[in-house]
Amino acid sequence: MSIQVSGLSHIYSKGLPYQSVALDSVSFEVAGGEFFGIIGHTGSGKSTLVQHLNGLLKPDSGSIVIDGVDITKGKVPMHGIRRKVGLVFQYPEHQLFEESVYKDVAFGPLNLGLSADEAERCVREAIALVGLDFEEVSQRSPFELSGGQKRRIAIAGVLSMKPEILILDEPTAGLDPKTHNDVLLMIRRIHETTGNITILVSHNMSDIANCCEKILVLKKGGVLMQGAPAEVFVRKDELAASGLDVPPVMDFMQKLSAGGLDVKTDIFSVDDAVDEIVRALNDGKKETIANMNICVRNHPC
Amino acid sequence: MAAERIVLQCQRNYDILVGVYAVKKGRKLIRDITLGQYYPGNSTIHRLDARVKIASTLVFVVALFIVRDFIGFAVCAAALSIVVALSRVPLSFILRGLKPIFVIIMLTFVLNLFMTGGEPVFRWGLLTVTREGAVRAVFLVIRLVLLIIGSSVLTLTTKPISLTDGMEYLLKPLKLFRVPTHELAMMMSIALRFIPTLLEETDKIMKAQMARGADFESGNIFRRAKSLIPILVPLFINAFRIAQELAMAMEARCYRGGGLRTRLHAMKIKKPDVLAIVCVAVFTCIITGEAFFL
Repeated sequence: MSIQVSGLSHIYSKGLPYQSVALDSVSFEVAGGEFFGIIGHTGSGKSTLVQHLNGLLKPDSGSIVIDGVDITKGKVPMHGIRRKVGLVFQYPEHQLFEESVYKDVAFGPLNLGLSADEAERCVREAIALVGLDFEEVSQRSPFELSGGQKRRIAIAGVLSMKPEILILDEPTAGLDPKTHNDVLLMIRRIHETTGNITILVSHNMSDIANCCEKILVLKKGGVLMQGAPAEVFVRKDELAASGLDVPPVMDFMQKLSAGGLDVKTDIFSVDDAVDEIVRALNDGKKETIANMNICVRNHPC
Repeated sequence: MAAERIVLQCQRNYDILVGVYAVKKGRKLIRDITLGQYYPGNSTIHRLDARVKIASTLVFVVALFIVRDFIGFAVCAAALSIVVALSRVPLSFILRGLKPIFVIIMLTFVLNLFMTGGEPVFRWGLLTVTREGAVRAVFLVIRLVLLIIGSSVLTLTTKPISLTDGMEYLLKPLKLFRVPTHELAMMMSIALRFIPTLLEETDKIMKAQMARGADFESGNIFRRAKSLIPILVPLFINAFRIAQELAMAMEARCYRGGGLRTRLHAMKIKKPDVLAIVCVAVFTCIITGEAFFL
């Protein structure tokens, strides 16, 4: 399973006075089992791009080859593609509609024509994957759940179709910090359990840096840069010019380094940062370590 | 000043939104309706006062109904063409508004063609075409077409906000009869304001359900009606949520409706408006003269 996108362009309202280029010859590749990140400023074309990956939008030019099949060609059955590529939209809880959690999660599998038994198995697995208890939630109304639970159920609604590629558009938008972390952990766990391609769209640099092996940076519909997080976030000035930050931890490390402490800067998590600073300081004065530790752990990130 | 800039910006964004969503590829059920769409521009017609435009449109509509022969229609059509040319809205865009009512136009034509009594000119089985029928059918079709084009020129060249402001002003006399004109206009503004939002919302929900394998296009009418449930339920829930948030936001800014409110953009009658009024007056004279005295 792999994705090759080449020369993808999309123009909204083509030929009308409000015509706007949403994507301009975007090319990238995602290898099997990869955790792939897409970042970009608001309006950079992230959402438009991912909607092409499961055939909801048709490109004006370019091709998308998934598992050896070009899905932009006319004759490809959409059912197969939507089954293979699961897309979780922004605020997915806004699409819940059934009277019970069970029915809502089963909507996808039943649309695919699975039997009731098979669908039930899919629903059980999906609800377990998002970390909820099947017995406890399955018969409740999705509208009486908490915000975080709703989000999980909505994601389960896509997982129950057993997609081989999972795309999540801003899955943590509008959640409180704790739920934010829980949902992110859940996504990482799903990625590890299923071993599938996972594509995470976000403008939270920390999330992307901590999860993804490869990143695509979009700017005004075009590709600004792509590569591993360390390669991308090194180009801090270019990112800043297009309205993006580097992750706070990396920013902190870069400032430390600029201030004369000999530390590596390609670090994204607080724990790694602490270890690195301890290592760097071990050569120098030991009594400052304790203070440094507190300082880093209180840094907002 | 800052606040004014923000409001202006919001209004501009909103105008663009209305325009964009009206034509954005969207979904087919909502794509072809031109009535109630704004075509961004800065022509003479765009800049006219909304009140003048609404009143002129009313005059035009009345004129279409007092006209009794084709010469009258020629005058109306000529006047309308001048306005369309001045508005710089592409003709193809205006004609698109006729598409949804094409069936009604055809029905009017066919019914009048075959159902009017008089001197037969053509017979085919049970169907008889009379001279009077043919004339009347063409007459009514012209009237309908001019009516639709005339009213869509108003909405194409007037921002929805100006439109409701204008209506509020023109409805003022009704206040004497305790009609809550400000509230009505406000409701209309809000309804118009949320058309693009709800279209966007519908589009998003449809796509989300399609991503879950929903199929809105195949099956018989019952199946298709049933397939709308996964769109309608979330759409209603979201609409109520939006309404509640808006109500709270208005409450938080002490909105009280009607009465003592002043406007950010006061409507002013300027020279071109006076000129437009004169033109409409001349048009009215020609039409009434033609219809009643010739």
